Amino acid sequence: MAEPAATVNDETAVQAQTPKKELGPVFKAAAGPTKWLDDRLGIAGLGRPFLRKVFPDHWSFLLGEIALYSFIVLILSGIFLTIWFKPSMAEIEYEGSYELLRGLHMSEAYASTLDISFDIRGGLLLRQMHHWAAAVFVAAMLTHSLRIFFTGAFRKPREINWLIGVAMLTLGIINGFTGYSLPDDLLSGTGLRFVDGLIRAIPVIGTWAEFFVFAGEFPGELIIPRLYMVHILLVPALLLGLIAVHLALVVYHKHTQYPGAGRVQGNVVGYPVFPVYAAKAGGFFLIVFGVLTLMGAVMQINPVWVFGPYNPAEVTAGSQPDWYMGFVEGGIRIMPNWEWHIGSTTWSWNVAIPGLGLMGLFFGLMAIYPFVEAWVTGDKSEHHLLDRPRNNPTRTAFGVAAMTGYAMLWIGGGNDLVATQFDVSLNAVTYFLRVAVFVAPVIAFLVTKRICIGLQHADRDRMLHGAESGVIDRAPSGKYSERHRPISAAQAFTLTQHEDIPALLPATDTDGYSEKEIRREQLRRKATRFFFIDTLRRPTRAEIEEAEHHHLHPMIIGDGEHHAIEAEEEHHLAK
Amino acid sequence: MSDDTAHGQPGTEVATVDEERYPVPDPGLEEHLPRLTDVDEKAADRATRQVATFFGLVPILSIGFVVVYFAVPGDAWVDFGPLQANSRNLLLGLTFGLALLFLGIGAVHWARKLMDDEEKIDYRHSAASSEADKNYMLTELDKVVDESKITRRKIIGRTLLAALATILLPMIVGLADLGPWPTKKKRAETIEKTIWAPGVRVVQDITFTPIKPEDIEIGQLINGEPANLQELEGAEFQIEKAKAAVIVVRMDPNTITIPPSRQDWAIGGILCYSKICTHVGCPISLWEQQTHHLLCPCHQSTFDLGNSGVVVFGPAARALPQLPITTDAEGYIIARSDFTVPVGPSYFERDSRNDFKEGDN
Repeated sequence: MAEPAATVNDETAVQAQTPKKELGPVFKAAAGPTKWLDDRLGIAGLGRPFLRKVFPDHWSFLLGEIALYSFIVLILSGIFLTIWFKPSMAEIEYEGSYELLRGLHMSEAYASTLDISFDIRGGLLLRQMHHWAAAVFVAAMLTHSLRIFFTGAFRKPREINWLIGVAMLTLGIINGFTGYSLPDDLLSGTGLRFVDGLIRAIPVIGTWAEFFVFAGEFPGELIIPRLYMVHILLVPALLLGLIAVHLALVVYHKHTQYPGAGRVQGNVVGYPVFPVYAAKAGGFFLIVFGVLTLMGAVMQINPVWVFGPYNPAEVTAGSQPDWYMGFVEGGIRIMPNWEWHIGSTTWSWNVAIPGLGLMGLFFGLMAIYPFVEAWVTGDKSEHHLLDRPRNNPTRTAFGVAAMTGYAMLWIGGGNDLVATQFDVSLNAVTYFLRVAVFVAPVIAFLVTKRICIGLQHADRDRMLHGAESGVIDRAPSGKYSERHRPISAAQAFTLTQHEDIPALLPATDTDGYSEKEIRREQLRRKATRFFFIDTLRRPTRAEIEEAEHHHLHPMIIGDGEHHAIEAEEEHHLAK
Repeated sequence: MSDDTAHGQPGTEVATVDEERYPVPDPGLEEHLPRLTDVDEKAADRATRQVATFFGLVPILSIGFVVVYFAVPGDAWVDFGPLQANSRNLLLGLTFGLALLFLGIGAVHWARKLMDDEEKIDYRHSAASSEADKNYMLTELDKVVDESKITRRKIIGRTLLAALATILLPMIVGLADLGPWPTKKKRAETIEKTIWAPGVRVVQDITFTPIKPEDIEIGQLINGEPANLQELEGAEFQIEKAKAAVIVVRMDPNTITIPPSRQDWAIGGILCYSKICTHVGCPISLWEQQTHHLLCPCHQSTFDLGNSGVVVFGPAARALPQLPITTDAEGYIIARSDFTVPVGPSYFERDSRNDFKEGDN
C-alpha cells in the first residue's frame, strides 16, 4: 500500500520550489475580475492570513457555531417576518381567514401575526423557525459558555471575549423576551404584565421606570412599537457588533485546543480554513438552517391563535415563559413574600430580589469568575491548552453547583406542572425548592469535586500502573491480580499536560510588606488552599521512572514496542 | 514572601516553554493514518457519488418547494397519526429544510471523506504586541501629547472634559418624555384609581349583563367588570380593564370571617375582590370552592377570600383589595365606592399601611 501522507508532502515541496505553476481553468477565468478587485482592495494580502489558517477540530467547538448559525437564521427569518408584521396596538376587528377569531377585536400586532400564520404562504413556517431558532440560539450560547467554563478557556488572554460572551447571552435572552412579547396574544401579554410588575418593584425608581417604559400605565399603546424597535434594531445591532468582535478575537488569539500528542501551548493543530473548514463550517451552517426549518415544519411552537388576543382580565393555568426565562420565573415563584412597608413606601423584595437580583447575580458571577480565579492562582501566563474538567476540581464543582442552582430555579418555574404531573402538593414543591435552591448546589459542589478527584486518581493509576487489561492472573500462591498494559506515549502526554497549581501555606516571611498587602496575600493563599489543597497533583517524572522500575518494564510505550513489552511481561509473571 | 506550598511543590509554574514543564516528553503529532477513501479508489468513488447525490437532490427539492408554494391549497390538512398539520406549511418546510440539510450534509461529507485530512500546525504568538511596537507607540504618543500642546495649555483639557461630560446631558434629558412623570398627582389619577365609583354596576365579564345577588349560588365565582368599562375603547379600555377586573363570590356566611369594618361591604355571603394579583398583576382565576382559596395561576400566590383576601401561600405580600358592594334600587349589585387601596402589584411610592392584614378589624 502506498503512503499517501508522504506523497502529499512531496508534492507540496515541489510546488514550493516552482512557484510559477500552470494555473487551472478556474483561475484563468477569474483572473480578470480578481485582478480588478485586487488592484482596488488588495484582496490577496487581506486573505493571505486567513486562507490556510488552522482551526482545531472537536465536537464541543460546534456549540458556538450553532449559536452563530441560529443567529443568522434569526436574522433571515426575522427580515421575512417584518415584511408583514405590524407593531401596533391599535384595536381592529379581525377579518382574516382563521374563522374562530373572526369578528373579534384585537390589536393590529396580533391580527398581523394571525395573517402571517394563516394567509401568507410559508408565513407560519418562518414564524415557527424564528421562534425555534431563538430557543436554540440561547441554548447554544449557554452550552457554549459551559464548554468555555469547564475547560478554562476563559483564562488569559481570552477574558475579554468571555465578557463579550456574557453580554451576548444577556442580550440574547432580552431579545428573546422582547420577541415573544410582540404578537400581543394572551400569553405574551401575561409576560408583559409580569415585566410591568418587575419594573415597578425596583426600589425607589420603579414607578418612574414603569411609566417611562410603558409610556404611562400598563399596557398603554406604545409598549409593542417600543419593544419592536428594541427587538429588530437595538439589540440585533449590538449583537452583530459583539459577534464581530467575538470572532475577530477568536481569529487573533487562535482557537484553544484540547491536550494531546503534539498539541502544546505554543501551537494549534487542526485543519485549514480552506478547503476543509469552508466545507465543514459552511455545511454545518446549512445543517443547522435545515434542522431549524424542519423543526418549523413539524414541531408546533407558540400557537398564538390558540391563546387568543391579550385580555388583561384573563390568563390560562400553566402559563410558562420561553425556557430561558424559566430560572427567573422560578425565582419569582419560590421567593417568600417579603415586602417592607416603611412609612408611605413599599419595598417589594419578593419581586425585586428574584426578578432583578437573580439575573444580576447569574450574569455577574459569570462575568467576574475569570478574574477571581486569576487572582487566586496569581497566574499571569497565557493559556491556549484547554483543561480537562477533572484537572481543576474546584472550578468544575463551582460550575456544576451553578448549574444545579439554575436547575432548581428552573424546576421552580414549572412548580405547578411538577405538582400536577407528579401528583404532589404544589406547596410542598415550593417549600422544598426554597431549601433546595441553596442546599442542592452545595451538595453538587461536594459530589462533583469528589468525582473529579476520583477521576484524577484514575488518571494517576493509569500513569503509574498502566491500563487495566481485564485479564486476571492467578499466582501459584493463589493470589489474584489483574494484568496492566502500558499506555501509549500520546496518552501519557495527554494525561500529564495540565499544570499543577499549588495550594499555598500562609506566608511567614512578611518583612517589608504593608499590613494591607499581607492581609491580601494571606487571603489569596487561603483561597488557593480552598481551591487546590485536595487536588491530586500529577505524577512527577521521578514517580513515573520509579513506577517503571518497580514494574520492571516501561509504563509508556511508543509504537512498535509491543512485542518487547509482552515478552517482558511473560518473564515478569514467570518469576 | 516564602513560597511554602501545602504539598511541597515549587511555586506557581508559568508555562510558556513546552519542554521542561511536562513530566512526560511530547511524542509529537501522531502519525497520519490514511482513511479508506485515501487508499481505496472504489471507496473514494463511492463517497464522490454520495456527495453528488446529496447535492443533486437540492435542485429537486428546491423546485418541489416552488411547486408546493403555488399548487398546494392553504386549507389542505395532513392527518397522519401524531402528525397533524397544514399540508402547505408542512411541505414547504420539508422541501426547503431537506434541501438545506442535504446541501450541508453533502459539503460536510465531502470534507470528511475526500478533502485532504492531514492536520496542519500553526504557531501561536503572544497576544501582547512586540516590544518594538510598544516602544514606538509610547514615544510617538508622547510626541502626540506634546504636539497637541495640551500639557502646556491645561485649560483646554479641563474645558474639554467638562464639554464632553455635558454634551451627554441633552441626549439623556431628551429621553425625559419617554412617559408621563408619575408624580403624586399623576399617580393619584392613574395607578391609584380605577373606574369603579359609587353606584357603578358590577356586570358579567363578557356579556356586560348586570348581576343580582339571587343569581349567584353559594360557591359560585363570577368574573366581573364595572359597567362603565363598556364605554371605553382601545388603550384606555385595556388600561382600565387591567385595574378594574373583579371577582364576585358567594360563600356560606357561617363559614367565613368578615371583620366589623367590612360588614357593610358584602351582601350576605357575596363579596367582591380585585382580580388583579398583588404580586405582579396577573388576573387571578383558580377558585377552590371548599377552602375559599383563590390561586393565581402565574406564580401560585393564594388568597383566602373567606378572610378578607389575606395571603395564605406564595410570593404575594398583600391581601387582595376588596371592593365594597351593595345593591341598587333595581336589586343589581353596585359598587359603594372605588377600591380603598391601589390594586395590582407593589410600587415604591405605594402607601401599604392601609391594606388589610390578618387580625385587622
